[in-house]
Amino acid sequence: MTPRDKYEVIIGLEVHAQLKTKSKIFCGCSTAFGDEPNANTCPVCLGLPGALPVLNREAIRLAAKAALALGCRINPVSIFARKNYFYPDLPKGYQISQYEQPFSEHGEVEIMTSERDERGRPIQWRRKVIRLTRLHIEEDAGKSIHDGLPDSAEASYVDLNRSGVPLVEIVSEPDFRSSWEAYDYVQHLRQTLQYIDVCEGNMEEGNLRCDANVSVRPKGATEYGTKIELKNLNSFRFLQRALEYEVHRQIEVLESGGELRQETRLWNEREGKTTVMRTKEYAHDYRYFPEPDLPPLILTPEWIEEVKRELPELPGPRRQRFIEQYGLSFEDATTLTATRSMADYYEAVVAQGVEARAAANWILSELIYLLRSSGSDISACPITPPHLAGMIKLISEGTISGKIAKTVIQEMFQTGKTAEEVVKEKGLVQLSDPAQLEPIIDEVLQAHPDKVNAYRGGKVGLLGFFVGQVMKATKGKANPQLVNQLLREKLASSSSSE
Amino acid sequence: MPITERDVEKIAELAHLELTEEEKALFTRQLASIVRYVEKLNELDTEDVPPMMHAGAEEEADYAQRDDEVLASLGQETALANAPDKARGFFRVPRVIE
Repeated sequence: MTPRDKYEVIIGLEVHAQLKTKSKIFCGCSTAFGDEPNANTCPVCLGLPGALPVLNREAIRLAAKAALALGCRINPVSIFARKNYFYPDLPKGYQISQYEQPFSEHGEVEIMTSERDERGRPIQWRRKVIRLTRLHIEEDAGKSIHDGLPDSAEASYVDLNRSGVPLVEIVSEPDFRSSWEAYDYVQHLRQTLQYIDVCEGNMEEGNLRCDANVSVRPKGATEYGTKIELKNLNSFRFLQRALEYEVHRQIEVLESGGELRQETRLWNEREGKTTVMRTKEYAHDYRYFPEPDLPPLILTPEWIEEVKRELPELPGPRRQRFIEQYGLSFEDATTLTATRSMADYYEAVVAQGVEARAAANWILSELIYLLRSSGSDISACPITPPHLAGMIKLISEGTISGKIAKTVIQEMFQTGKTAEEVVKEKGLVQLSDPAQLEPIIDEVLQAHPDKVNAYRGGKVGLLGFFVGQVMKATKGKANPQLVNQLLREKLASSSSSE
Repeated sequence: MPITERDVEKIAELAHLELTEEEKALFTRQLASIVRYVEKLNELDTEDVPPMMHAGAEEEADYAQRDDEVLASLGQETALANAPDKARGFFRVPRVIE
């Protein structure tokens, strides 16, 4: 039993997701990413005296979609509150957030999760329900740059373009028992928020950010261990690695007889470890109080129902339906429902009346490969669903072989043409006429008398060799089933005729 | 709730204020007097009164919202015009992380 096995890991996550609005939550400044620093600012988001916030309606609607998709109960009345602390990227000296009476509470999401082997491959997928404490609305702070400038040793730089960008903070219960569970949960959140078109979900651009509370306790203990807050977990890889590192660190400290201190630690990706975060401006007393500049947010049951009706089918239920309705495996259904555009594409192909499994196979192999190698998303795929369905029909009708189809699909991808057009232009119609195939087969057999003899002598495995030669001679256009059949007949008759 | 000098020190620290001993004593007395005055309200039975979170009427809630439209911003130059220290289009402040 390793020291690790003696401990239980307890992790809770706070995920901040940027809501996809055009303008900020309390003013009309743009939320665009990557603009000139401080260009998208005004008296409200600069925190100039006398400026007053006015709530962005769209942010509320998007937050409601997120809350409902994550099984949260939306409070009919919620209150904005000031969270007070000093930091250079927080110009007002407080962040407008929610504290008592938040936007929504008591959520629940069912995720698929698995531990991973040494090579990072999932071992065994299982379902797990994660409870959400709350999902509330708040504004983002600005961005501080502490490194990389000539005078970074003595100065920090502040860009307030992000100040006032709308966020939801999604707080989980301490329900994760491993770093991979946390990882799978964040993946699930991201996928769900993208499905419902609420958040871009791009961790690199900072529109999905994650903090974690991590503790360990001896198995069987009922009291929680000392809780460490981990910040700066801004990519999926960081998140899992940082949590794993922190769990090991805590167990090591305890095993060597040490004690853990409640503190905030930062993940340092370069060094691959967490270090204590010390700032000169940190106070753990936020003195929350109701925001006097904003009235209570009041939502009617009718409005909430309306938002609920806007929600699309969510990824979990959709995957389950794909498995049941189309007879797909869990893995295939997972890939096909990874994004809403992928799932919509697949169903649009199936809707054209092609066999569901065939459609899945072509998308999962050839199409995904073509998309990946050209770096494009399926929503911009040059092959439309009817075009792909048309190609699959040509195969099932016997016009082209599956092998030829691999050439056809590439051409379709590059030109946007239909399969029929490509087949006609390139003369790729399958040879399914015995009268055309027989002379070719005879030629192949005459060219390999020794192999013909060997076949006749019992080496029937050579059939594959002859099929291959015929396919080669016809540049892959021969109908493989027919070639098989004709070859068998000819090889049999030639042996009996002698 | 009596106000002690310790309370005043804590509030001053959170507000980034440096107080002299005389000021601490003065503010302790003044704050204590204000709190005593407000404590008068505790004599009322508020058992069935919901807390008032905002002075505005509930009807205010709807028109106090805006549509999601991008309006003109100040722009970098104007935003930084009053900054005591700036460089490369950023506000520049003393380093905050150790």
